[in-house]
Amino acid sequence: MSAEATQTKENSSKSIWGGGRSPYNVSWGKMYMWFFLVSDAFTFSSLLTAYGFMRHRFTEVWPKAQEVFTHFPFVEGHLPLAYVGLMTFILIMSSVTMVLAVDAGHRRNNKAVAVWMFFTIIGGFTFVGSQAWEWYHFIEGTEKGALIMPNGDHYRFSEGVHGAPKDALIAPNHTFVTDAVQIAKIEKEARPVHGANLTENEYGHPLFGDFFFFITGFHGFHVFSGVVINIIIYLNILGGVYTRRGHYEQVEKVGLYWHFVDLVWVFVFTFFYLI
Amino acid sequence: MADNKHEVHGYYTGDIHNQFVEEHYDPKNRSVIWRTFWILLIITLLEVGIAFTGIAQDILIVIFISLTIVKAYFIVAYFMHLKHEAYTLVYSIILPFVLIVYLITLALCEGNYTHLWDHVPFL
Repeated sequence: MSAEATQTKENSSKSIWGGGRSPYNVSWGKMYMWFFLVSDAFTFSSLLTAYGFMRHRFTEVWPKAQEVFTHFPFVEGHLPLAYVGLMTFILIMSSVTMVLAVDAGHRRNNKAVAVWMFFTIIGGFTFVGSQAWEWYHFIEGTEKGALIMPNGDHYRFSEGVHGAPKDALIAPNHTFVTDAVQIAKIEKEARPVHGANLTENEYGHPLFGDFFFFITGFHGFHVFSGVVINIIIYLNILGGVYTRRGHYEQVEKVGLYWHFVDLVWVFVFTFFYLI
Repeated sequence: MADNKHEVHGYYTGDIHNQFVEEHYDPKNRSVIWRTFWILLIITLLEVGIAFTGIAQDILIVIFISLTIVKAYFIVAYFMHLKHEAYTLVYSIILPFVLIVYLITLALCEGNYTHLWDHVPFL
């Protein structure tokens, strides 16, 4: 710890731009974290803008998220967007536990900080695991899959789709094909597709799968790295590093990153699953 | 150690800069945190609920974006503590996003020439 302070307590009541103190009234490390988050937010903004752009361009044939994401672990049946809603709740909850850890740090209560940080890590791991489960089911697809015509048109089966007539096909623009002769013709010409990859998927336009993997993958990677960083800070807390240091600012900085991850998920959830 | 105007409570960061950072601890903080949590939860449930009504797509988009911005405000202001930071920092972070919104609006309004790609022979 250097003996010379760059900012004295006496200076803290002078004018903001008078020198000798941070005009932002925060430490260098925290300011750095804020600006890093701003730059990372730009990255996600550009990804989401590209998504919005393509979704708008292909809006007639774009899959409806509430028809695609209908699974819930260990539960049979059609539960549209339920698991994604639960994931959102888990991430918001872990944000709350993180902010409670920061609050305990302000009160210099090391044990409470450790407890809340532990719950934040659990929440983070649960979210990453849930996202992995979603990916698995997205890639696996349904048993029947879908049909792709030679010109790229995409027909789905109406089984399990609410409001659809039985034994019908769903055309790319979400209308139904019920005529048996037409169905036979389509089934003859088209080839089946199961699940999803980066070139095609059974849910609709190939870009739907591409953007799903890229955006949720980028975000999931951020959550994972956040969990790893949280674990490191948690070990530091257990080892008494911050009690010796006298302040819990590192927990605050890591908390900022974690809240950013939550914030991005709020936007991804809205734009990808709801709109 | 305090000047005669007010008691300054804080810490030295202990890193290479060793800055003095002021700390204001508000005992009402925990109830504010939980209140924010309930607000976020209710708005999320509202959003998921509204998604299943048959409202027109355009109005849905407006509703969702507004609700999301409200959620973003609560997360940034209270969880990330930005509401209580110096206004200089607040503006340094908020103003780029105002400009980004402008950029996104422009991109979406002007970028409708993608149909020209459909007839490019080599792609």
